Amino acid sequence: MEEKNNVAGEQEKSAKKLRSVSPTPHIRDKATTRGIMGMVVLALMPAALYGIWHFGPKALLLLVLSIAACVGSEWGFEKLTKQKNTAGDLSAVVTGLLLGMNLPVAVPWWMPVLGGCFAIIVVKMLFGGLGQNFMNPALGARCFLVLSFSKYMTDFSYRPGWGGADVVSGATPLAAAKNGEAYDLMQMFLGNEGGTIGETSALALLIGGIFLLLSGVITWHVSVCYIASLLAFVLLFSGHGADLSCLGAQLCGGGLMLGAFFMATDYVTRPITRKGQVIYGIFLGVLTGIFRVFAPGAEGVSYAIIIGNLLVPLIERVTLPKHFGYRKQQKA
Amino acid sequence: MAGFTFRGGIHPYDGKALSREKAITEIMPKGEMVYPVSQHIGAPAKPIVQKGQRVLMGECIAEAGGFVSAPVYSSVSGTVKAIEKRRTVSGDMTDCIIIENDGLDEKAAPLTARKYEEMSRGEVLEVIQKAGIVGMGGAGFPTHVKLSPKAPEKIDTVIVNCAECEPYLTSDYRKMLEEPDRLVKGLQIETGLFAGARGVLAVEDNKPDCIALLKEKVKDIPNITVVALKTKYPQGSERQLIYAVTGREINAAMLPADAGCIVNNVDTVIAVCNAVTEGEPLMHRIVTVTGDAVKDPRNFKVRTGTDYAELIEAAGGFVTEPAKIISGGPMMGISLFDLHVPVTKISSALLCMSVDEVAKWEPSACINCGRCVEVCPSRLVPSHLADHAEHFNEEEFLRYYGMECVECGSCSYVCPAKRQLAQSIRTMRKLQLAKRKK
Repeated sequence: MEEKNNVAGEQEKSAKKLRSVSPTPHIRDKATTRGIMGMVVLALMPAALYGIWHFGPKALLLLVLSIAACVGSEWGFEKLTKQKNTAGDLSAVVTGLLLGMNLPVAVPWWMPVLGGCFAIIVVKMLFGGLGQNFMNPALGARCFLVLSFSKYMTDFSYRPGWGGADVVSGATPLAAAKNGEAYDLMQMFLGNEGGTIGETSALALLIGGIFLLLSGVITWHVSVCYIASLLAFVLLFSGHGADLSCLGAQLCGGGLMLGAFFMATDYVTRPITRKGQVIYGIFLGVLTGIFRVFAPGAEGVSYAIIIGNLLVPLIERVTLPKHFGYRKQQKA
Repeated sequence: MAGFTFRGGIHPYDGKALSREKAITEIMPKGEMVYPVSQHIGAPAKPIVQKGQRVLMGECIAEAGGFVSAPVYSSVSGTVKAIEKRRTVSGDMTDCIIIENDGLDEKAAPLTARKYEEMSRGEVLEVIQKAGIVGMGGAGFPTHVKLSPKAPEKIDTVIVNCAECEPYLTSDYRKMLEEPDRLVKGLQIETGLFAGARGVLAVEDNKPDCIALLKEKVKDIPNITVVALKTKYPQGSERQLIYAVTGREINAAMLPADAGCIVNNVDTVIAVCNAVTEGEPLMHRIVTVTGDAVKDPRNFKVRTGTDYAELIEAAGGFVTEPAKIISGGPMMGISLFDLHVPVTKISSALLCMSVDEVAKWEPSACINCGRCVEVCPSRLVPSHLADHAEHFNEEEFLRYYGMECVECGSCSYVCPAKRQLAQSIRTMRKLQLAKRKK
């Protein structure tokens, strides 16, 4: 009897102190959303810092305003709608940084603020927040600004560096190339040219892109297919043939590097399967080529990616992967 | 063609260093022994003893409840104290036979007096069935059922799953090192059931000493080979293992036998050897007691029915209060809210972790990064599947091949948003399986 009491007592004791349980698996990889976003911010740093050095203090101001507007509007929106706060996951920082890098330095200060709020509230939060937006928020906002304020958004004049006196005006090198004017390919590669804050230095963007590839944040599928198919398209249809200098200008100019490594690869708005990513990349390249070769403007990356974003659900529908053992099932 | 690996999978911290050098030691059970009647897939066994009855070590206390079922044996001699519901590893209250151990270890007569060499194929299968052997890797599928496929002549490969891809587990590793002869003998018995079949010992290449030792042991046996598989979780998953060894793919609607294969775990094959050559029923197994919360991580030979708490005691107790205790490995094991549950035929490990990594993270929104797609060994899209499961969209769940999931948990492991992908998918699968049965 005494023993029975002991057993009962023990069971009662253990019943009081139940251990925590959970479904499998019981271990987790160290990667987090915040960590991944942090890596993207880090990878954007070479190009952003070059932009600030090249375009002067106002570029820094615009980038800071853009980031602040994005983070602030995400925080404010979630506060107002009484949702869990997600501003700490750094995805708004990435959006803000990308948006700022997509603005010419000549825009007025309220432009990144307006763009940032549009990107986060209209493109992202109204569709359900992180992971639910159907188009890249930074690009959505850029296109919104280009359509609404095209005068500002196509003004590529700038004062080089910190305290430089002369205003450099005029078109971006890609536009110059298209119009048959002279351009310096080496300067384009290094970034010593006009353009938006973050797009000019192909070298700095390439460093960031390779960093993302090596650290496993992105895979090669979208970027490589995008760049390769654009090159193929230009080779076939631009009328310049295998002119290396022309191809080089296509590569280094018009924000292709920024688009191919940082915006087309945006997780949320690209297909999730590798096959889908290859199709998506090729589609972007062809579309950018059409815009660059046949449309009146010289740029086309932003619009190509946005249209590509809209096609992602369709691409995913046709690229649903076949499961392990699929062929066998067909036979049987 | 065999590639010795598969696409997808993960490389988690394996934790095997904690216990891999510790030779197997036997634990003598102290208190009462608890034998659940359901330690396998299929119908529960039916108790055939009465309260107060004296039983011997190796005496059958519950007989198989059907063809897909397995009998249960007492692992000690003693008196039946009760037949009542007790808490088991799954957390459920299950019918159990409770035996008061008298410590005398008085043995019952062996299962068979016949020598293996004299037995017919049917007799061998009968002994395996009588011995209560089930898949000891964790699933607990009755072994005699596995070894009796509809078309035995189509079986050309018998694979021993020596992958042990679960992190922390070293029980199979120790068993391979310490009882290689029994392992090889058991495999010979199994290949002997199928004319012309070859035997394969499939070992992950993080165990080079096992590979070398087993190669040495089988060098004179023409139809048995040792293959080194690339180390990756879930290499020990049956479908992935068959693919790695033979290059043949099977899906959820098929059995290994459809690919001409039989797959058994190391411990199971050794149990087959013990049953057939010595007439010994399944009464004990190797359990790895490990984790950073355990003082002295070890590999124990444990009798089924032993209380888990006794294993902790034998391993020197806790160094810190464990945040989570898991029966099995960290990827597929079951977490316990109460330590007082019995060791069964399918208990491979007792893992005590000082940090609960699942509780540490709050699930957040999917960012569509695609990591789950890259690691899924079944080549599914876990993030979408989990969405469909959570929205209870059965049609889309099936269209995305949700039933092909092997529930390995690789998707949950890699998810940077810390979503409970595997859990959502598993819940939906269970619902669908239950529906099919109706």
